[in-house]
Amino acid sequence: MPIIQVENLVKRFGNITAVNDISFDVEEGTIFGFLGPNGAGKTTTINILCTLLSPTSGRTLIAGHDCMKEPSRVRTAIGIVFQDTTLDKDLTAYENLVFHAYLYAVPKAEMKERVNDVLKFVDLYDRKDDLVKKFSGGMKRRLEVARGLIHRPRVLFLDEPTLGLDPQSRTNLWEFITGLPRKHKVTIFMTTHYMEEAEVCDRIAIIDNGKIIAIDSPEELKKTVGGDVVSITTTDNESARYEIEHTFRMNVAEKENALYMTCSRGDTCIPELIRTLGERVLSVRIQRPTLNDVFLKLTGKTIREEEASGNDSVRESIRAHRRRQ
Amino acid sequence: MIQCASLSGRTGEDNEKKGFMELNAIYVIVAREFKKFIREKSRLFSAIARPLLWLFIVGAGISRLVPRDTGVPYTQFIFPGIIGMTILFSSIFSSISIIWDKEFGFMKEILVAPVSRLSIVVGKALSGTLVSTMQAVIILALFPFLGFKLSMIQIIAVVFICASVSFCISAFGIVLATFYDSYESFSVIMNFIIMPMFFLSGAMYPVKLLPDILKVVAKLNPLTYGIDALKHVLFPRGLGSMGPDFSLVTDAAVILFTSFIFVFVAGKAFERKQ
Repeated sequence: MPIIQVENLVKRFGNITAVNDISFDVEEGTIFGFLGPNGAGKTTTINILCTLLSPTSGRTLIAGHDCMKEPSRVRTAIGIVFQDTTLDKDLTAYENLVFHAYLYAVPKAEMKERVNDVLKFVDLYDRKDDLVKKFSGGMKRRLEVARGLIHRPRVLFLDEPTLGLDPQSRTNLWEFITGLPRKHKVTIFMTTHYMEEAEVCDRIAIIDNGKIIAIDSPEELKKTVGGDVVSITTTDNESARYEIEHTFRMNVAEKENALYMTCSRGDTCIPELIRTLGERVLSVRIQRPTLNDVFLKLTGKTIREEEASGNDSVRESIRAHRRRQ
Repeated sequence: MIQCASLSGRTGEDNEKKGFMELNAIYVIVAREFKKFIREKSRLFSAIARPLLWLFIVGAGISRLVPRDTGVPYTQFIFPGIIGMTILFSSIFSSISIIWDKEFGFMKEILVAPVSRLSIVVGKALSGTLVSTMQAVIILALFPFLGFKLSMIQIIAVVFICASVSFCISAFGIVLATFYDSYESFSVIMNFIIMPMFFLSGAMYPVKLLPDILKVVAKLNPLTYGIDALKHVLFPRGLGSMGPDFSLVTDAAVILFTSFIFVFVAGKAFERKQ
C-alpha cells in the first residue's frame, strides 16, 4: 500500500483554485518531489496533507489514515519542516527538541537519548545549549529536520527546505536529506522550485497552476525532451555543418561560432561526429536535458519567468482571503 | 525497527495513553512559557512596575480628591483593583504571545502535533495563569505597607481567586489572539480592550457609582467579578457604598462560566482552517 494516497484533491480559496483535482501516490521509503513555480499549489497541498487545512473536496490518506477523519493518527505518522522556520528562537536547540518530544509523547526514558542522537546526526550537538536565535539559516533548517525525526515519523515533509540558504549549506543539506530514507526508514515528501534540487527524487510530480502536468522519475521526464544537446566548434563551421546535415540528417543551428544539434543519445553521437569531421573538430560539449527543459517543454515557459509573473499576487489574494475569514 | 516502534505506539493508543499525551502537551506548553518568563527579566520588571505606579502615584494623587469618611484610605480601596490590573495585563500579554507564535511560525509546530486543540488552549491558559498569579502574589506581598492586616486564610483565598481570574482572563486573551494574525493589532487590543476593561472593572471606583450605560459594560466584563471577589476577601467588614457590588457566589459563578465559554470558543477557533 502506498504511504501517501491523494485522490482528486481540490482546494479553493474563494474563487481562486489553488489545487485543481490532483491525484497521486507515494511509495514507502522513496523521495517524492513536488516541483513547480511559487504559487503552483505545493504548500497548499502540504498543508492539507499535514492536517492544517481542510480540502474543498477529495481524499488524502497517510499510512492508511484519512487526514480529515483521523488527524491525530496522521499527525503521529508525519514530521514536517515548513518553508518558514517554526523554531522558538528564545529557547535553546535542546529545549526546542525536548518540547517536541513531549508534544509527541516520546517515552521519558528514551527522550534524552533520542534528542541527543538527532542532535549528533545533524552535527549540532556541540551547540545544543545555545539559543536558536544565534543560529545561521542552515543550522536552523538542520535543527528543524532533526526535530521532525525525534518521534520517528513514517513520512517527513520538507517544504522548500533550502530556501534562503547559501550554496554551501544547500549542498550539505541535500547530502543529509538524501541519506534519510536509508538511515531513518522514512519517506520524504518535498517541494522545491529549484530544478536541480529535484534531481535527487525517485519520483517527481511537476505542478503548475494547481494541476499535476507530469509525474515520473527524473530520468524518464528528461527523456520526454527528446535527447541531448550537442555543441561543437570546428575550424570550418560551414563545411562541417553541410556534412552533418547530409550524413546524419540532423537539424543544425549555428550560434556564437558553435554548431548545436539534438541527438537522442549524445554519448554515441559524439564519436560518430568526430569520425566524420576528423581534425576539423576543436571542441565538443554535451548537455543533458535538465528538468528546466522538461518544464519548458510542458508549459512553454521556464520556472523563472513564471516567478516574475502574477503568482505573487495569487499568494497575496490567498492571504487576504484567509485574513477575511 | 523504527517503524515497529511507531506502529506499536499506534496500536497501543488506548484512552490511558491518549490522556497521558494530552497531559504531556499541557505540561510542556506551560513549561515553555514559564522558562521564557524567567529568562526575560525586563518583562517581569515592567509587569511589576506598572501596578506600583498606579498604586503609589495615581492612587496617592486621587486619594486627595476622595472624601476621607469612606472607611478606608483610597490606596487601600484600589488594592484589589491593582491586583486585578496585574492579572489583566499579564494574562492578556501571555495569551496574545500566540500572535507572535503565529507570526514567527512556532504555532504550526504545536498545531501539527497529535494533541487535541482543547489541550493546546488549556495549556496556554494555564501558562497565563501561572505567570499572572506569580505577579499578583508579588503585588499582594505589599499589603503590610498599605495598612492591611490579613490572616493566612485571607491570603490563601486571595491567591486562589487570583489563579481563577488569571485563568479566565488568559482564556479570554486566547480568544482575542485567534482573531488577529499580526502583531500590528497589538495597539488595538491595548487601547480598545485592555484599557477599557481595566477602567470599567471597579478597580478605581465602585461599579455602582458609574453612569448607567457604563454600568452595563462593566457588568459584561469578567474582570469586574474577579476584583469584586477580591474586595469580599480583603474587606470582610464591608465598605458601605465603596464595597463589593455583587455577591461572592455571583462572582464565582460568572468567572467559572465565562472561563468555560472562552476555552470552548478558543478550542473551536484552533480547529483546521477552511
